[in-house]
Amino acid sequence: MPALEPATDVLRQFSHGNVDAFESLFRQHQGDVYRWIVRIVRDPAVAEDVTVETFWRIHRAHARFDPSRSFEAWARRIATNAALDHLKSARPETELPDDLPQPALPDPGISQELREKTAQAFGRLPPKLRIAATLAVIEEQPYNEIAEALGISAGAVKLRVFRAVRLLRKDLTRQGIKP
Amino acid sequence: MTTDDQEHERMQRLLKQALPPTSNHPRAALQRDLWPAMRQRLEQRAIAVPWFDWALLAALVVCVALFPRAIPVLLYHL
Repeated sequence: MPALEPATDVLRQFSHGNVDAFESLFRQHQGDVYRWIVRIVRDPAVAEDVTVETFWRIHRAHARFDPSRSFEAWARRIATNAALDHLKSARPETELPDDLPQPALPDPGISQELREKTAQAFGRLPPKLRIAATLAVIEEQPYNEIAEALGISAGAVKLRVFRAVRLLRKDLTRQGIKP
Repeated sequence: MTTDDQEHERMQRLLKQALPPTSNHPRAALQRDLWPAMRQRLEQRAIAVPWFDWALLAALVVCVALFPRAIPVLLYHL
């Protein structure tokens, strides 16, 4: 483990391409980046791969990083783009992993079948809308944080969430399901 | 609250039931150090040969195949 302190020195050295500084930042931020990605891709194994891909992109873009700005926000933006690329390349009908979280308190008014159909319809949404809805509605992340990670305004995030929910309702209605 | 707003809220509730947040999931936090995988990726890329080196090699092979008499000249310049 490299001994590079304080944090501003590490960031400056990283921006000059120092691999020890990169390792230090990797070890410090891999957990946060992974947690952010797993919220989007909802699969721990995929989230690990996308985390490595994110840091690979971070490593390649070191010269564009401004050490006076927040590394966390920059890394989160790159992680969101990497997760978005994954969602775009993955087939929309890909089976969901078996170990997905279950609701803490299942609503007895909502059948298991309706839950499954909703999850499948959600997987068919355009990735950009899906990310916004996942982070805002399911993960309940603050709109300003989502906006920063997606590189859009908070108003645009709200619009994407609204469109995602409307498309989801249309999809379910088309299947003869009254949500 | 309008009917549209109520429907929107109902859909959001349904979505949360269908896809609960990952925060309660045991693997929501990273279970292992990913640095070995990262280092492997860095090393793979470090030894990767750029495409133009391959193009240069291919051009050389074609040149030697078309003009075998050029081989001694090439060897002289190596």
